Amino acid sequence: MAFSVAAPTPTAEPLRDPARAARWATVMLVAVLLWPLLVWTEFEPWQLFDARSLKSTARFLVAFVPPRHDGEFLRLMLAETWRTVAIATAGLTLAFLIAMPLALVSTARLSVSSLGGRMAAAPFVLRQAARWAAIVLRSIPELVWALVFVRVVGLGPTAGVIAIGIAYGGMLGKVYAEILESGDAGTTQALLRNGAGRLQAFLYGTLPQCSTELVSYTVYRWECAIRSSVVLGFVGAGGLGQQLDNAARMFAGGEVATILLIFVALVAAADRLSLWLREQLG
Amino acid sequence: MHLALSGLSVRHPAARSGALALEAVSFAVQRGERVAVIGPSGAGKTTLLNALACAMPPAAGRYDLMGAQPWALSRAELHGLRARLFLAPQTPPLPPRQRVVTAVLAGRLPQMGFWRSLGSLWQPRELEAAHAALAAFDLAGKLFDRVDRLSGGERQRVGLARALVSNAELLLIDEPLSALDPTRAREAIATLCGAARERGATLIASLHQVEVARAAFERIVALRDGRVAFDLPAGEVNDAMLRSLYADHEDEMAVGWVSDSPQADVAASTDLQRQMACR
Repeated sequence: MAFSVAAPTPTAEPLRDPARAARWATVMLVAVLLWPLLVWTEFEPWQLFDARSLKSTARFLVAFVPPRHDGEFLRLMLAETWRTVAIATAGLTLAFLIAMPLALVSTARLSVSSLGGRMAAAPFVLRQAARWAAIVLRSIPELVWALVFVRVVGLGPTAGVIAIGIAYGGMLGKVYAEILESGDAGTTQALLRNGAGRLQAFLYGTLPQCSTELVSYTVYRWECAIRSSVVLGFVGAGGLGQQLDNAARMFAGGEVATILLIFVALVAAADRLSLWLREQLG
Repeated sequence: MHLALSGLSVRHPAARSGALALEAVSFAVQRGERVAVIGPSGAGKTTLLNALACAMPPAAGRYDLMGAQPWALSRAELHGLRARLFLAPQTPPLPPRQRVVTAVLAGRLPQMGFWRSLGSLWQPRELEAAHAALAAFDLAGKLFDRVDRLSGGERQRVGLARALVSNAELLLIDEPLSALDPTRAREAIATLCGAARERGATLIASLHQVEVARAAFERIVALRDGRVAFDLPAGEVNDAMLRSLYADHEDEMAVGWVSDSPQADVAASTDLQRQMACR
């Protein structure tokens, strides 16, 4: 035979993946950084599994079954669910009214002065001020706002609505501004360059590009507002949260279970709504 | 005189080193003139149109537009001046989810005022104007379609229809034909020139298709390496000038359908057909 397959020359060292050392190093580094945090937060999950804890957990869970479902209680729940949805919706509407102007002011893409290169000083200061306003509004948790407003307007849903409106206004304002800044700048810029106003450029250039993102984030925040109104109910802002608080205090496991099931249903509904709206906007 | 540049230099927007995209460019354009800007890629055609549209401030030199020096004006006055011109970028700036009618009527925003433009989102105003502008580019049937349902060439023509509905006195159109086949390109340029002539607007368009520039425009400004190579009435531009303009960029000339001999013409057109088939 003229041709023969050359035997592979035996390599001196076995082949090694050069990335292996780096991967191990990353794992070690994360473990070393995480360990002090776990110690510091007294994270000791095995406590969950000692005999006493298991017994009290079991007792608590057994009380969940069956969820309370008599007519009187369900009618009360329906009214409170409606109140919770109303708190979340009204709060989010207020948040939207706060967030939209903040987002429009802080979006650099809608700047006319920066068309000619650098943004002018006054608009720059105004944009930073709007950004900081959003930071201040959202850095104070809605629970704290609620505690403040429960003292001002008394117990009841109004405090919850205002608390959600203010805290979520800051969050929406920040994320709206970021959504408006993402995506293709060309459509907005072309309109501004041809002499359109900022709001016109927003309506005709930016909004049609970002509408699905804005809608799905807003619906997600509505879902968060429902959860949030539960927490606010614990401090007296009304709705399902207050019922949950009462039920938990009285160790009425069946009632707690019903209320939790209602939360699951509400969140699932928000999920479907978001999907449907996104499909409508295509 | 409608606009005049003297010794205008413009920095490249992305370049940190301050490299000039246009260097000491001087020419003047009369009201109602139709000027084609040609030159190889990177010659500064787009920068020139942006500078003319007051979208880029000059690094040096003087720019006079409609009796004012735009960069000496206050911001509000400068924005008012921008409302009197129309810059159509090469890639049509149309939001994909917008309807064609809205995208076209966006050309009228400066004249509409805020409340009217808000109302027009709910129920489009001036439907006839939008329809007529689309019909001029053979797109009348697409009035209520969404932009993302259109092909690239159709989008480009929608962008031109937007220029048509604007009441601008100065139309600055960047590469209006880049996504169009030869027949469409000729029709589109005839429509643009006709509309500009009709309303006495000045038209300045950058073009890769040298033959179209020679046939449809009265005057040709040629750029190379950020400088004016020649600035002549279209009839006086000859093939030798074009060859030296496109030296080292001959492949772009072929796309521009410049030909000396019938064989070259045939070769160029089959080449084009192949491109179109691929598209």
